[in-house]
Amino acid sequence: MMVGAVIEDSKAELADHLRAVAETRDKSAFAALFAYYAPRVKGYLIRLGTPPAQAEDLAQDVMVAVWRKAELYDPAKAEPSTWVFTIARNLRIDALRRDRHTHVDLDAEGVPELPDHSPPADQRVADGQRATLVRKAMAGLPPDQADVVRRSFFLGQAHTEIAETLGLPLGTVKSRMRLAMAKIRTALGAAGFEETEMHGDAS
Amino acid sequence: MTAPFKTAEGHHPSDAVLLAHGAGSLGGALSVVVEAHLADCDRCRNRVAEVEALGGVLLDDVAPAPLNGDKLAALLDRLDDLAPEPVRTVAPVVPSALGLDGITLPPVLRDRLAALPKPRWQTVLPGVAQVVLEADDGHGANLRLLRVSPGLRLPDHGHSGVELSLVLSGGFSDAGGSFGPGDVSEMDPHSDHRPIADPGEDCICLIAVEGTVRFRGLVLGPLQRLLGGG
Repeated sequence: MMVGAVIEDSKAELADHLRAVAETRDKSAFAALFAYYAPRVKGYLIRLGTPPAQAEDLAQDVMVAVWRKAELYDPAKAEPSTWVFTIARNLRIDALRRDRHTHVDLDAEGVPELPDHSPPADQRVADGQRATLVRKAMAGLPPDQADVVRRSFFLGQAHTEIAETLGLPLGTVKSRMRLAMAKIRTALGAAGFEETEMHGDAS
Repeated sequence: MTAPFKTAEGHHPSDAVLLAHGAGSLGGALSVVVEAHLADCDRCRNRVAEVEALGGVLLDDVAPAPLNGDKLAALLDRLDDLAPEPVRTVAPVVPSALGLDGITLPPVLRDRLAALPKPRWQTVLPGVAQVVLEADDGHGANLRLLRVSPGLRLPDHGHSGVELSLVLSGGFSDAGGSFGPGDVSEMDPHSDHRPIADPGEDCICLIAVEGTVRFRGLVLGPLQRLLGGG
């Protein structure tokens, strides 16, 4: 067990660790996942403005969810980091709602429902390739497009707030987002759907 | 749940909205409408999956923030007591008083409706009724079901934020085209539209609106009385 050590696992190992947790409740595999993901989830939450102590608590909640949901992880549907990202995103949103004392979508044991946005079977790129393609596409985005993407993820700003903050017309921001998403989609080689712009499609 | 039927045809949320939703930066009310649309739309599910793949890459590359103390050891002690994720077997019960039994409702909406204490349709204007699901989601948006009688034109209204309307049953038409079940109408801030409910049946929508909805230019006896005028 690697308690206290920081382990830089390759992405393939992360998927292996998830499988080990799912199949045999392997604690050293979980420790490896914790060493990789807990500090990253904490870092992500802090960038979003979460106070460090709360970010740390949430990061642990994310790891608890990883332990409990490991059987539900399907490597054909998403990379490990995509899966953990969605758990972190959902838990952060639920924590914000809890803070406002409104209805929270938690099951009885406190682990939130994870909506399944996995792409349809004919759209799935081979394991491990997806992240590489996405990372390359992201690196290749023009600065103004990369900026609106980063603001969406790391400032928690929707397009309306981004337009206000940058003093840009809303249409400009929406356009940059549409172009960025189109580049990601092209990189993933998505095929099968007619991507014609239908009238009334607010893009 | 009906099989997914959405292709690129029809009306969908913009990429900007889908990006915000996947990134977790869309407010609660708007997110519910998007999630409800996704239940029946492969095209948009695919796009949100792409956004989440982006999220995964950004998570990999973010600067790690070390945790204080030995949190892992403390957690390992607890793990044996944590059961695997239970699979929910009981579907949420949608109150029958709403008369929605004939409509296939997306799971996220079923959950919200089942959680409401004693929901009822409230008349807003003659031929227009609503059920408020959330008065304020913390982002200044509200979430409601709206039911409009066939052929009725909604009064001219404006809003200071984004509006997303998902058709659940029936349909409507406005300058953006014709909208039927599963379609989403997305209106940018301060834009106007005057939807007309299709003939033949009530139009029932799930609507999230940011900012105030102002009804203008319409004089109605009951509305004036509601507002305390006349």
